Amino acid sequence: MSDHTWGFRTRALHAGARPDPTTGARAVPIFQTSSYVFEDTDDAADLFALQKYGMIYSRLGNPTVSAFEERMASLDGALGAVAASSGHAAEFLAVTALAEAGDHIVSSSHLYGGTITMFSNTLARFGIETTFVDPTDVDGFAAAIRPETKLLFTETVGNPSGAIADIAALADVAHSNGLPLAIDSTFSTPALCRPVEWGADIVVHSATKFIGGHGTSLGGVVCEAGTFDWGSGRFPNMTEPVPTYNDLRWWDNFGEYSYLTKVRNDHLRDIGSTLAPMHAWLFLQGLETLDYRMAGHVANAQAVAAWLHEDSRVAWVNYAGLPSSPHHDLSNKYLPAGPGAVFTFGLNGGREAGSSFIESLELISHLANVGDAKTLILHPASTTHSQLSDEQMAAGSVTPDMVRISVGLEDLDDILYDLDHALETTHA
Amino acid sequence: MPEHEPIPGWEPPSAGERKRILDETRSIAIVGASSNPARASNFVATYLRSSSADYVVYLVNPRETEILGQPVYPSLQDLPEVPDMVDVFRRSEDLPPIAHDAVEIGAKSFWAQLGLWSNEAAQIASSAGLDVVMDRCTKIEHARFAGGLHLAGFDTGVISSRR
Repeated sequence: MSDHTWGFRTRALHAGARPDPTTGARAVPIFQTSSYVFEDTDDAADLFALQKYGMIYSRLGNPTVSAFEERMASLDGALGAVAASSGHAAEFLAVTALAEAGDHIVSSSHLYGGTITMFSNTLARFGIETTFVDPTDVDGFAAAIRPETKLLFTETVGNPSGAIADIAALADVAHSNGLPLAIDSTFSTPALCRPVEWGADIVVHSATKFIGGHGTSLGGVVCEAGTFDWGSGRFPNMTEPVPTYNDLRWWDNFGEYSYLTKVRNDHLRDIGSTLAPMHAWLFLQGLETLDYRMAGHVANAQAVAAWLHEDSRVAWVNYAGLPSSPHHDLSNKYLPAGPGAVFTFGLNGGREAGSSFIESLELISHLANVGDAKTLILHPASTTHSQLSDEQMAAGSVTPDMVRISVGLEDLDDILYDLDHALETTHA
Repeated sequence: MPEHEPIPGWEPPSAGERKRILDETRSIAIVGASSNPARASNFVATYLRSSSADYVVYLVNPRETEILGQPVYPSLQDLPEVPDMVDVFRRSEDLPPIAHDAVEIGAKSFWAQLGLWSNEAAQIASSAGLDVVMDRCTKIEHARFAGGLHLAGFDTGVISSRR
């Protein structure tokens, strides 16, 4: 093999996807199969004991899913990846592979509302406690760390607050306490930011969003850098014997590969939140054009944000790409090509004006998703974040008048036309 | 892979060089072979002997006689043939004398497993013309190029339009 270093766009097209050795198929085939025949009983025993690599059952692995996982790992600059049935499933796998009953995590309070409820509701029921801190306060993360803390968690671009994580500073806090930094990078994708390059250890994505890019399929992925020392004694489930695999020890047997090997063979095995091969294939299609699409999303988002910022009918715009944003400096550092295409704004007239505005749009779709090629809009306080308490909403900077937009790839003039028309109707 | 001090006269082999070393290898002596199925040496030996890799594997450990149904040899000098590769599962401080043995018997490569690193051993083996790899796993590196690592979701770095 060549030692040439391949570029991002080349890897987005080729990583994880050599031609099929049997048929020569150039596109990745969709391996729509639940299971795989063994060569003989020794082969089956070796596979089950993890003594050789290969396919057993599609809950644990599938060749179409493998192609997506390797491509994501390559694009994120990670050692490897484990795909999951949704972004939420990826977060659950990433966190609970390390934290168990009696453990603790420290998380940003500015997360997608569904992640906050996962941590504060379901993980709490499983005995894992979360301390939520303001993501812009790096010292707040450090102060919340306890002996039983297993990781720090944040989002690269907060949903919907738009706060940009100071990834390198958070990684320093995590590492100086012997902890990994886990980061949800859904809003930025590897095209705009690769947190591993700034010291993050675990990166999760909802592939449903910009990675798939077309609003068709649910999926997620856990990527890991492979540079964290799991052998410090702070992570007994990485260093103690594993009874279900002949008492091997993940860290001793697999070294830098141990976290992801455990996530797949211990954790995905037991939880079963597996990505379907058809969805993996759709994500592979999405990744092929990711860099081009993200450039288009960012260009439209920057122009829409600037246009709204100038409009007197609009009370405020919070997009880290605008110099007026408090997050602009961190955005320039970590997301030099632009902080993605999801941001928030508020209308003069508050919550009622916001509702009227959303109902007056003709082109822009009112729905609960982001990262579609189409422009999407939403009122978080009554939808994605409605299951949060007033205190949680305030801690997440979700205000009643907030409108969240995910700027798509339509002609800019048409997006602006639709916004202008709806603002005019609202303020008529 | 953790950062290591540079070693004068030796560069860690690139991915392409590691593939060449494995491609040129037919027989591997595992020094420090264990009968415990949970130990990495046992694990790796099973893989290297399986249909995935299909190497001729010799097991070396003076305190064992049979592992995985195979005879175990007390030293590298006792093997029935000269192995192409000496693959070591011992502590880093034990590496230099094993590197001397690898040179003495005429092996083509000296490989120290994950977590092992010895400046002295690398210089002994590489100055005698052996290919040297350290802090890498033969199973993982073989699987990187043979497709197993890809199936497990890891980045192999392999980009190819060939079948």
